[in-house]
Amino acid sequence: MPRTFDFTVNGKAVSVSLDNEETPLLDVLRNKLGLMGTRFGCGLEQCGCCMVLIDGEPEKCCAKPVWSIAGKSVITIEGLGSAERPHPLQQAFLDEQAGQCGYCLSGIIVSAKALLDRNPSPTRAEIAAALDSNICRCGSHNRIMRAVEKAAAIMRAGGA
Amino acid sequence: MNAPLPGPLADNRRLDRWVAFPAPGQVTILTGRVEIGQGVLTAMAQIAADELDVAMTRIAIRSGDTEATPNEGYTAGSQSIQFGAAALRQALADIRALFLEKAAQMLGCDARELSIVDGQILRNGVSSAQDYWSLAGMVNLAVDATGTGARKAASEFKTIGASTARLDLPGKVFGAPAFIHDMKLDGMVHARVVRQPNRGASIGSIDEAAIKRAAKGAIDFVRNGDFLAVISNDETAVDLAGAAAADHVTWQNVEAPAASQQEARWLLQRPAIDRPFGAPPSPDAQATERFEATYTRGYLAHASISPSCGLALYKNGHLDVWTHCQGVFPLRAALARELGIAADKISVHHVQGSGCYGHNGADDAAADAAIVALQKPGIPVRVRWRREEEFVYEPKTPAMVVTVRALLDETGKPSDWTQEIWSPTHNLRPGGGGNLLGALALPNPPPAPPPNDVPEANGGGATRNAEPLYAIPAKRILHHLVTETPIRTSALRGLGAMPNVFALECAIDELAERAGADPVAYRLSITADVRARAVIEKVAAMARWDANAPAGTGIGRGIAFARYKNKAAYSAIVVELQVDEDIRLRRVWCATDAGLVVNPDGAVNQLEGGIIQSASWVLKEQVRFDNGVASLDWETYPVLKFSEVPAIDVELINTRDEIPLGVGEATAGPTAAAIGNAVSHALGARIRDLPLTRERVMAALLKE
Repeated sequence: MPRTFDFTVNGKAVSVSLDNEETPLLDVLRNKLGLMGTRFGCGLEQCGCCMVLIDGEPEKCCAKPVWSIAGKSVITIEGLGSAERPHPLQQAFLDEQAGQCGYCLSGIIVSAKALLDRNPSPTRAEIAAALDSNICRCGSHNRIMRAVEKAAAIMRAGGA
Repeated sequence: MNAPLPGPLADNRRLDRWVAFPAPGQVTILTGRVEIGQGVLTAMAQIAADELDVAMTRIAIRSGDTEATPNEGYTAGSQSIQFGAAALRQALADIRALFLEKAAQMLGCDARELSIVDGQILRNGVSSAQDYWSLAGMVNLAVDATGTGARKAASEFKTIGASTARLDLPGKVFGAPAFIHDMKLDGMVHARVVRQPNRGASIGSIDEAAIKRAAKGAIDFVRNGDFLAVISNDETAVDLAGAAAADHVTWQNVEAPAASQQEARWLLQRPAIDRPFGAPPSPDAQATERFEATYTRGYLAHASISPSCGLALYKNGHLDVWTHCQGVFPLRAALARELGIAADKISVHHVQGSGCYGHNGADDAAADAAIVALQKPGIPVRVRWRREEEFVYEPKTPAMVVTVRALLDETGKPSDWTQEIWSPTHNLRPGGGGNLLGALALPNPPPAPPPNDVPEANGGGATRNAEPLYAIPAKRILHHLVTETPIRTSALRGLGAMPNVFALECAIDELAERAGADPVAYRLSITADVRARAVIEKVAAMARWDANAPAGTGIGRGIAFARYKNKAAYSAIVVELQVDEDIRLRRVWCATDAGLVVNPDGAVNQLEGGIIQSASWVLKEQVRFDNGVASLDWETYPVLKFSEVPAIDVELINTRDEIPLGVGEATAGPTAAAIGNAVSHALGARIRDLPLTRERVMAALLKE
């Protein structure tokens, strides 16, 4: 017997019906809602590819049962900005060419957004500590941290 | 009169295999090279912009498709720019010349009066009303390259040599469906494979009811021999079923790697094929001193951030396969060979995955999808490996033992050098005869390939970079190709270069110390190659190298150098680190001579990535065995974290040279050795076994 779960994704109300209420939020985003920007990396809440904001907090969603999201607000990488209206973080990642394969970037940008929301002026060490919940395997770490610093400066100056 | 063609163009002579003008204002570049996170497609677009005189924005790239693109084998070995770019440049130069010839004929003028600006053909600088697209219907590109078109001289480059933003990055930062994992085909089912633990293992029993209960959704089983998969249109259900299957499927004839087989020294007593190269055995007589030391490195995982994924559709007797592997043509040949289908009934299409760094599970995931699709004609099948499946079943880079023996002359310089290597193969790619994992579980599985390694002409596998570039009168390599291994081994970034450079560059530091010489000065004293000298001198200057820095203070600096494969880019690295309970990297400096650089920022990005990945290997990584592969996830196979990454300065020199030299793997070896040398400097004690764990640091200190 399917159960229905209501929550918001990127500001829009969604209602999903599922037989398995343990279905991870990641699978719902990707396979039910067509939001492919949140990536699968491990299914173990270890690598951070699936990072989203749930009620403003950064959370890995690859093992987060959909029932636990009912009534909450989810923001994904698609909710941050677009090519037409990039979020300062997305623009800074492009400016710094902060990525190689790019598979980890959605989760990293979401983690960085959560950091800047609570700390608009992070030090390099604070950025690194916040991003330790994400894995980058290609070795783009320094570019990524530069991009976060750059976005923070732009946002402090009122760029977003 | 035809001119000699660059290798890939000689293999793919037809010009319409390299470029198309599909619609007014648009150019499609066809390349056999594929994007694996290294930015190669952006570099190819830059090359096309200059050789065709069109704006980058007009260029689309189609890459790695057996139905459309040139066959350039594997995108591997840092060869895409060094060799692939030369082929593309010549093909485009020939094409540009054909268009100018046709335009001259139409306009009744000499081709020398013509030039091209953004695809428009100008006569004496004035619009001729002709362009590539108006002429495309009249220029026959279904002809062979002649190699006679004039490639642009370096002085004419506009885009080549300019740092250029990656074409694929915007989609990735905005969360677009940029990866093979994001592909959706109509009517697609998801599949997970219940993996055969090893060749020859057979299914004992399957508790289908228990697996179905665990799936919490409708699933079906697909079985062919000992190949077993679960399928469903619900991905969550196959994930649950795939994970639960381990408890509900029993196997016979299981062989699991034992803890005792984990360390590299296990290889020393195994059956091997001896492969000697270089100088004849040394006459020791004149040498005043001899040096010998043994260095080891364990098994490493590619540990790509995304588990492997493949899609397939078998319809009307034709098999289409989508894959993120590094070579679509070799994969097609292997699918034909191992699944028993004619190659002309198979099309293989590349779609980007995450960074692979070599032969990971991509080919096997594609084969898995194909095997399921053959059982379910008309239904598109998507296989995505589970994280644990990727760690256990991806081919690992082999453990290696490297012993360096040197005879020294009266000044303490090496007069005779032997590098003796024990290593399993680095080449079980499908194109090297390696099996596709899923095929081993089918009835009548394909035979194991005869033992081989990457040919030395292609840079070698275990022997890669085993020959020092230094001026040493006699050099030899003795490679024991170990034929009995507990796990499947194959290519990882740099192959044998990392352990070989780690061994020889640590040995050079040990020799310098014995001679009472500064490591930089000692290297320069035995280096004749001017480009090698230049990167060593450059990196020493960048790091403000201090020849008198005291050892054993807990803070150390180390230098190392290599020219990748002794024929690609030159890189010298200085590492500064601190050793307390753990090793903490503080700074890394890198000077690289890669010759002509198409995209400087892209090259720097690759060099930085190589430094960080190598640092991760050296400080943290080793695949563990415990009655099976015991490195199963990111906690049991940790990699370098953001807070552990050092500041890195990279400088490129000699970038306007005529010939490009591959960079993607250039920093892996020197980084490893520079870290080893810096740890030795910090501790005043040498560690010769990788990774440089806390236990090994403590043991080295106690021994001292």
